[in-house]
Amino acid sequence: MRKNSRLPNFHNLGIHLRILLIVNLLAMMAAILLSKQIGEFFPLLAQLSALVQPILLMSMLGLYSLYPLLKKLNYWQSTVAIILLEIGFTFLVFSFINYYFVSDSNTDIVRACLLTAIVTAIVLYYFYLQERAYSPAIAEARLQALQARIRPHFLFNSINAVLSLIRKQPKRAEKALEDMADLFRVLMSENRDLVPLAQEIGLCHQYLDLEKLRLEDRLKITWQIDDMPSEAMIPPLILQPLLENAVYHGIEPMPEGGEIIVKIYTKLKELHISINNPYAPQNDHHSGNKMALKNIKERLKLHFDLEANIKTEAKQNRYEVRIRLPTGAY
Amino acid sequence: MLNILIADDEAPARNRMRDLLSEIENVAVVAEAKNGKEALNLALQTKPNLMLLDIRMPVMDGIEAAQHAQKLEPKPHIIFTTAFDAYAIKAFDLNAIDYLLKPIRLERLQTAINKAHALQPNQIAALKPLQKMRSHLSIHERGRVLLVPIETIIYLRAELKYVTVRTAEREYLIEESLTNLETEFGERFIRLHRNSLVAPQFIAGYEKRLNQDNEQQWFALLKEIPETVAISRRQQHLIRET
Repeated sequence: MRKNSRLPNFHNLGIHLRILLIVNLLAMMAAILLSKQIGEFFPLLAQLSALVQPILLMSMLGLYSLYPLLKKLNYWQSTVAIILLEIGFTFLVFSFINYYFVSDSNTDIVRACLLTAIVTAIVLYYFYLQERAYSPAIAEARLQALQARIRPHFLFNSINAVLSLIRKQPKRAEKALEDMADLFRVLMSENRDLVPLAQEIGLCHQYLDLEKLRLEDRLKITWQIDDMPSEAMIPPLILQPLLENAVYHGIEPMPEGGEIIVKIYTKLKELHISINNPYAPQNDHHSGNKMALKNIKERLKLHFDLEANIKTEAKQNRYEVRIRLPTGAY
Repeated sequence: MLNILIADDEAPARNRMRDLLSEIENVAVVAEAKNGKEALNLALQTKPNLMLLDIRMPVMDGIEAAQHAQKLEPKPHIIFTTAFDAYAIKAFDLNAIDYLLKPIRLERLQTAINKAHALQPNQIAALKPLQKMRSHLSIHERGRVLLVPIETIIYLRAELKYVTVRTAEREYLIEESLTNLETEFGERFIRLHRNSLVAPQFIAGYEKRLNQDNEQQWFALLKEIPETVAISRRQQHLIRET
């Protein structure tokens, strides 16, 4: 956890995107207020933009590079520092413009600095509220509520399968119970911290071994993970619930079963995971179970904000879930 | 001796059931099926007194199999088995339908077998809402029960007392109302005429010609069969839409 955790993470692109959006919206509002007719709006906006964009650009670069220093201050100190920094940038930009371009009515620098201070305060307050909504305590509570829950369907069917083995294949029954214990230990623990990808894959193997017990040859799985960065850190139980979905909706409704294809690779410093399974909508009487997906989406957001996403696609009797998340995240 | 049929898509679950039944006296497992359709076909040959049907199975689930099983002679007793299915269990409890929760205990199985009974009409009605759409139509014909997959049906046409079910191979007659069939299978068929529902993917084209009353009328040409289906004036807009 970062020390000054209420300070927005200026190394996160999503934060900068939000700053750009808010400041430009405010500029637009100002242009609307200043224009007497709609015709004046665009020239005014262009004029304002010419002032606002350089300040924004400078502050983006400034905040990005000063972030490690800002982190060392406490929240109030860093807030004051940021507001002063922004006023400084405004002062620079306006002095530059006054010096080189406008000679007659010098744009009032004090007025501009005051405006910048207010806009900066508004943006910081927005992040403060957002941070509070996602504050560690609340985020933790939500993470716990979001703990991936295993389907009771799977639990009871697996126990039933193990019971069928006890008399004739006690060795296999033993291994199955051990796998089940490992799986449930992870499911029941507090899964707040990121885990190495290899650990999650191991858990998936144990889970799939249990499913194979019930589904036998109907369950075929192909791992395309040779280029996978085993040490990459991911939130726990991202992959397993998706495999559970793939088995429940893609394999169980098919009399002959089918193949699940898991692909994991890195591209441009991002980790890509895709899970592809057969799908026949008419066979799926229990559709509408989007719980696992929604859950993973929430957890990715809590961990990575806008830097991770999850997409699904159904085409030609196949269904695919794709996840993208940053590697080497904080 | 009580003849029992087991239907479950998971082999270990069937094995477990067989193990349990081997410890109960006066019962014999006469068939094991991997899904509802197989269970019905095996039931026709082996005439079980009791069917143990898993709810969630591919091809045809246990709930639908139980409904089709009503056409079997003699009518088998039905006990559902499930690991977990909140909706179904609620409906079973409300309507006193026999069911067992997996993993199943020997004593529970014993009790269930002793009190098992054939489904009553009100219980059949209670099962209906548990499934969206039947995957097959069952047709009672000369002491046999034929299962026709819905996706092979080209059209359904209401006759005087029956509905004709047409597939590429042949025609069948069923005693159901076209209106009810339309409600249940509305996603799969379109109504081209007061008396007919047609599966759109079997429509090859349309032609206009004279009908029996010497009037010009549109007809739908169908794939795989030479027959055509008349289109009523009110439904002609469908031609333009396709």
